[in-house]
Amino acid sequence: MADTVVRTRKAPSPAPARKGVGRLPRAAVHHPWWFALPAIAVFAGFFLVPNLLNFYYPFTNWSSYLADIAFTGLDNFKTIADDGSLLRAIRTTLVYALLAAVFQNGFGLVLALLLEDDSRFNRFFRAVFFLPVLISALATGYVFQALLDQDGAVNSVLGTDIPWLGSTTWTLVIVTLIHGWKWMGLSMLIYLAGLKGIPGDMLEAARIDGAGPWRTFWSVRWPMLAPAVTFNVTTALIGSMNTFDIVQATTGGGPAASTEVFNIYMFRIFGQGLYAQASAMSLVLFLVVVAVAIPLVVGLRRREQML
Amino acid sequence: MTPLWRYGRPALVLLLAGLAVGVPLWLVAVTSAKPQAEAINPNLDLPRHWQPSANYADAVSQGEMLHGFLNSLLVVVPSVVLVLILGAGAAWVFARRKSKLVSAAYALCISGLLLPPAVITIVMELRQLGMANTRPGMIAVYTGMYLSTSIFFMTGFIRAIPLELEEAARMDGAKPARIFWRIVLPLLRPVIATATIMVMLYAWSDVFYAFFVLGGGDRATLPLNLYQVASAQLYLNNWHLVFAYVVVMSLPMVAVFLVGQRKIVSGITSGAVK
Repeated sequence: MADTVVRTRKAPSPAPARKGVGRLPRAAVHHPWWFALPAIAVFAGFFLVPNLLNFYYPFTNWSSYLADIAFTGLDNFKTIADDGSLLRAIRTTLVYALLAAVFQNGFGLVLALLLEDDSRFNRFFRAVFFLPVLISALATGYVFQALLDQDGAVNSVLGTDIPWLGSTTWTLVIVTLIHGWKWMGLSMLIYLAGLKGIPGDMLEAARIDGAGPWRTFWSVRWPMLAPAVTFNVTTALIGSMNTFDIVQATTGGGPAASTEVFNIYMFRIFGQGLYAQASAMSLVLFLVVVAVAIPLVVGLRRREQML
Repeated sequence: MTPLWRYGRPALVLLLAGLAVGVPLWLVAVTSAKPQAEAINPNLDLPRHWQPSANYADAVSQGEMLHGFLNSLLVVVPSVVLVLILGAGAAWVFARRKSKLVSAAYALCISGLLLPPAVITIVMELRQLGMANTRPGMIAVYTGMYLSTSIFFMTGFIRAIPLELEEAARMDGAKPARIFWRIVLPLLRPVIATATIMVMLYAWSDVFYAFFVLGGGDRATLPLNLYQVASAQLYLNNWHLVFAYVVVMSLPMVAVFLVGQRKIVSGITSGAVK
């Protein structure tokens, strides 16, 4: 078939038309823009425009209590800064994202290394560890609430009486562990894909050179995993800054607002009808994500080039 | 490979799977079969009195499950179809054309992978368009949100498809629309499987955006119902019903995964890691 393709291409083509007369550029004929326009329109209309509006409404008094929307300047930002929720939400969300990314990637990488070989046993257990990804985050939250409740399953098995979800310092860590648990299966799949992409003769060469498992891992596999690491770390870190369900289902933002990430705050304040104030927090989330994402992507890409 | 590791590895896998996945699932399964009195303090014991059918029937009737299921389908299926078709069309153009404008449009369209959706102002915009609390509004929001994912995966995939396949059809006189439907879309099958499962997964379990866009009314989706069942005072500590709900809600996703498993894995492999 390839043969005929080449031959037909070499068939005498019609005489080249004079430049600019009655001919569109080839790209416009073969891959016309109108294939992309519906997607661009929907994306612009329901993703970009709201994000642009989000640079206006935080500076108004939009709420369910007033009929008209008026410009009020920085009032909303002053309110959330003065009541402490702004800095707390930034701090909580960043800690959450960092820990969630560490746990999700750590669990995922360990699972990928354990289940690397293509045996029937491993394929079965890959599916088992992927199960949490398929269960909704809200359901995951309820499962762990039942497990970690003071009257819950874990305490009853251990014979302890620990308030797992009631500590203002440690509950945040526990919730990020749950987040890592839920998404470890996805990280595992991507690390498995990365491991599969490493050429076999490279590992062979390392073995012949007398490298043990540890040395092979650090000198060959880990560097070759760089693209998978980039993808996993970026999606985990940025994705978990947008977290809601797991936190809402396990702690609802408590105790004492110690797990109140951006989206929990927005959910709560929106429920009270303070739309502009919620929108102000949404704008801060946007700016924080941009501030984290750009250096992260640039840095990880550069790291890939160097390795 | 040392013999210790040869037997140690499967043993470790079994132990981890049992503790990390087995225990939570076991808890869900046994609790969903217990009467309320036994389920108040959830533990890993087998039910002393089995009543799974009563619990599941209760979850269906009191939790508005059939209604929620239908609502979820009516929102998720159109979103997935739109994300796939619109995404494939855009990805085709982005993968094949080369100009500054195309790169800029591509970068903008995949910016949704990183940027958070501005959920509060989405509500404002939908109200002005008369789409607040409607299914078309929800579908538009999901489509806008998840287009980036499908465009990203598909563009990478199309770039790896040799252009000659398209050129051969073009020589036979096929127009772009025909090439797209007959050549490009069929070739995209593995990555379509991946995008389908990803978008379905996100949209099927989403409660956050559904809360803002649909609210709690009679268009509430399954997760929104679950949230209401679990947070209503009436149901406090009704773990047996909550977990019956969780089981029924999760089964469709597990089924979709089992059916498409191999394609999903290969799609992730070729789309994400290059």
